[in-house]
Amino acid sequence: MQTIIEKANQEALEIIQNGQPTLIGLGIAGEVIPGMEKDLFLHAGPPISWERMSGPLRGGVMAGLMYEGLAETPEEAAEYAASGKLRFDPCHHHDAVGPMAGIVTSKMPVWIIENKTYGNRAYCTLNEGLGKVLRMGAYGPEVIERLNWMEKTLYPILKETIEIHGPIDLKVMIAQALQMGDEVHNRNKAATSLLIREIASSIIKTSFSDEDKIAVLEFLNSNDHTFLNLSMPAAKATLEPAGKVKHASIVYTMARNGTDFGIRVAALGNRWFTAPAEIIDGLYFPGFSMEDANPDVGDSCITETLGIGGFSMATAPAIVQFVGGTPKDAIRYTTSMYEITSEESKIYKLPPMNFRGAPTGIDIQKVIETQILPVINTGIAHKEAGVGQVGAGIVHPPMACFEQALEAYVNLLEDEGLLED
Amino acid sequence: MSLNNLFKQELKVVNMGLKSFANDLKSQDVKVIQLSWKPKAGGKKNMLDLLGKLKKVK
Repeated sequence: MQTIIEKANQEALEIIQNGQPTLIGLGIAGEVIPGMEKDLFLHAGPPISWERMSGPLRGGVMAGLMYEGLAETPEEAAEYAASGKLRFDPCHHHDAVGPMAGIVTSKMPVWIIENKTYGNRAYCTLNEGLGKVLRMGAYGPEVIERLNWMEKTLYPILKETIEIHGPIDLKVMIAQALQMGDEVHNRNKAATSLLIREIASSIIKTSFSDEDKIAVLEFLNSNDHTFLNLSMPAAKATLEPAGKVKHASIVYTMARNGTDFGIRVAALGNRWFTAPAEIIDGLYFPGFSMEDANPDVGDSCITETLGIGGFSMATAPAIVQFVGGTPKDAIRYTTSMYEITSEESKIYKLPPMNFRGAPTGIDIQKVIETQILPVINTGIAHKEAGVGQVGAGIVHPPMACFEQALEAYVNLLEDEGLLED
Repeated sequence: MSLNNLFKQELKVVNMGLKSFANDLKSQDVKVIQLSWKPKAGGKKNMLDLLGKLKKVK
């Protein structure tokens, strides 16, 4: 006979396996994200105040304030952010996710993803590309100019494109990309290509000028990470309903704000278990070293929480050129993730693992028992606001997050009288 | 195979547990594979207690 825990975990896993993340359209954050207001900025990771924010998060907030027209200079923006006039809340508290700094402001356009099986939605901004970008904490004039172009040109064209095309099944697209050498966290080359192939004719059919349509196609094509801002909310939309299963010891959120790493466990609801975020072991761009690195930041490890990203690195051997290591290491990472997960994905199959499914459903009991931590591949932001990305690498959550969660989990079961004396 | 015969041939040793056993053999030129091994919960008593409590779930 199954125990309460086994039954709950089976239910959570069924929900994850049955999720059907689908791109249904685009909207403006202030109009579509639940609880979004003009004086509210969303950020990556667990809750944090302006005082405790690291450089990239502060830089992202400052860029957001200038983009929203609430400040004209970086100095004014920093003053405004510290004044208490602005409220901060995690993206995860508003059905959203954001890469790196993860700053979402009310004017920003967002992708809207619906989990067709359970009806819940998830939101994510559009990817800005590489170089000096808000998500890496940059706030120069080129950052604001690009955000304005994305709002005025990219957004209306993509919105009309999806209206013409109709919903796009992201589960199938991710499954396909995993067969083509992506793990859809730090390698999105195949997935971005598949997306462009799918929507190109609909872009052409929109009512905008040829010049603008060409600019949109070129922008999407110039950025391999275009799809990251779809794989993330797809993972979020898939995991969120599993987070409501009582007594399940499955992790449904992992996220970092550049200061703290936080996890949430289904049985423990919205409670965050946090510990200081780690410095990333990786490859640094010329002229930069670990000395320049900010601790781990971003909601993008929602992909690993689902079992893709770092958990599926075996299927993306080329990624080691970006994050360090060898293809053999990539296989080793994926193999070890089966030790801390409950099932193999029924649709996300990994060819180099003899088509085993991606390791799915992180169980806090298994993490503590084996002492194997989830593996995450990630970009590295400069620790100072305004600089941007300085490298990429491999990182793990702190074990303390899982230790605290296990203690709270046992306490919960004890309080409910579910453990024998 | 009897134990006496076992030691008359070249030994192939897999060591599970403390690495010092493997190192002792290595220092005597015996081929040895050290299995990647950790005690449950890293041997942390408070974590072992919590995992133990979960075995008593109804």
